[in-house]
Amino acid sequence: MIDFRIQPAGDAALRVEFPARGDRNGAGRSARVMEVARRGAGGPADMFDEGISARVTAIGEVVRARWGGLVRDAVIGYHTVTVYFDPLVVDGRWLEEQLAAIAADPAAAGDVRGAHIEVPVCYGGDLGPDLGDVAASAGCSEQEVIDLHTSRSYRVFVVGFVPGFGYMGPVDPRLSLPRRRTPRTKVPAGSVALAAGQTGIYPMETPGGWHLIGRTPIRPFDESRSEPVLFRPGDRVRFRAIAREEYDAMSGT
Amino acid sequence: MAALTVIRPGMLTTIQDLGRWGRQHVGVPVAGPMDWFSHRLANLLLGNHDDDAALEITLMGPELEADDEVACVVTGAEFDVTAGGRRARLGEPFRLAAGERLKFGARISGARAVLAVQGGVQVPRVLGSRSTSLISRVGPFGGRALRPGDVLPVSRSRPLAARAPVRPLSLPLSGARVRVMLGPHDRHFSAAALEVFSASRFFVTPESNRMGYRLDGPRLVHRDATDILSDATPIGSVQVPASGHPILLMADRQTTGGYPKIATVITADLPLAGQLAPGDWIEFEPCSLAAALDALRQRTTALQGRTP
Repeated sequence: MIDFRIQPAGDAALRVEFPARGDRNGAGRSARVMEVARRGAGGPADMFDEGISARVTAIGEVVRARWGGLVRDAVIGYHTVTVYFDPLVVDGRWLEEQLAAIAADPAAAGDVRGAHIEVPVCYGGDLGPDLGDVAASAGCSEQEVIDLHTSRSYRVFVVGFVPGFGYMGPVDPRLSLPRRRTPRTKVPAGSVALAAGQTGIYPMETPGGWHLIGRTPIRPFDESRSEPVLFRPGDRVRFRAIAREEYDAMSGT
Repeated sequence: MAALTVIRPGMLTTIQDLGRWGRQHVGVPVAGPMDWFSHRLANLLLGNHDDDAALEITLMGPELEADDEVACVVTGAEFDVTAGGRRARLGEPFRLAAGERLKFGARISGARAVLAVQGGVQVPRVLGSRSTSLISRVGPFGGRALRPGDVLPVSRSRPLAARAPVRPLSLPLSGARVRVMLGPHDRHFSAAALEVFSASRFFVTPESNRMGYRLDGPRLVHRDATDILSDATPIGSVQVPASGHPILLMADRQTTGGYPKIATVITADLPLAGQLAPGDWIEFEPCSLAAALDALRQRTTALQGRTP
């Protein structure tokens, strides 16, 4: 069994934490990821522990299913799940016991069956202005960057930053590069980006420091949809390259 | 249905209820009031539900015009407020007649006033809440602050039940000492850094807003890593980036963050933090969970059992 601990995060939240892989087993890190971490790529080395991510995601699902009306939120981190509640309504000691029982029992919280989502992307050009830089950094052609990016499916580890922004990974080590030195003040909605060993899609126009390699016509967040957010922790995402004409047709431009 | 029309919006006036809970795991921020006590008190004084939407007014207040008779109350920060030319006192419900204007003048103390309207501000809910999240642009009016010409649907006033007076929040004059629970990442800081944190006075810088306060003061030195694996960011958590200058996360924070959090302001003292303005000081006093819960019960007792 993997050790976990539960501690308060203020008086209105409890945080279940599993040790990051590096704390458990130093040999688990690849030399390349260590190098990225040391260079300050913005991502600690041990974020991509799918086993731990599966556990915290599942605990969050169980909490929402059992006590959706009683707890306020269950927020998934890379190796934590934080449960928010009103301490005048819910006895924190009782909740802590319940969380300990769920966290200790992998059968009570198996991995969620995440959705498999395919995301069409038009790579490069004005829609992916950093594709050339990424190719130069990886020492390969732009087409090879596209092939690497579309060659695997990615786990959604955490959804945060803004509504619907999924932190997905791990990307091929050749595509793992630090955030841009100077973040852009405006990144267009739908931009598909890379940084710190991860990939993601900007759901709305925001500032951003990731490298923009393409754009998708789909909308990860649309508050008018019955399910406004497309990606949830535990989903798997695969990118598919599309031509500019297809992008324009799908985005209605 | 009556309406309040925004003539001047003031510096930053937003619609808030008690927050957009339940979707933080897909990145939707909570938002909600900076001073939950004054929000609930204002609703209580008008016979509203706790969670009804009110206006949160920042540093410089708005001017609004009623098209029918509406009942209102102002809590939280104290301003010179007039309703149809008559003085409106903090915490005392008043009426605006059709065509009359509510004007906020000079600010006297505190940073954020709550203007509640009987029946609540009736804008449509977005994802289950009427709170405005400026960072994610979710909420009424597309998640933005109010602008001139915005029309707020409200209820026509009904008779107000008599109520015993409720003691309002004691507003900080130039700063506040707030209680915190250490953690969850206090292990990332040396004993010396924890001592500096709890023994020093910090100042709210101008780079502060509903999302968080950047604080000026002695640097807090990390023991090891200055980044953590991103996890949840509760309201009131004090995160410390590599610069060593702490950021107090407030109502419009993001759902997750990647900096170690040295401590978390207790719920009972969040309203004091919410009433701080740039230039004000803040001190942090560590306390136990039991003390935090006692303080919260005391704070909420004032809000209960007031209906005659």
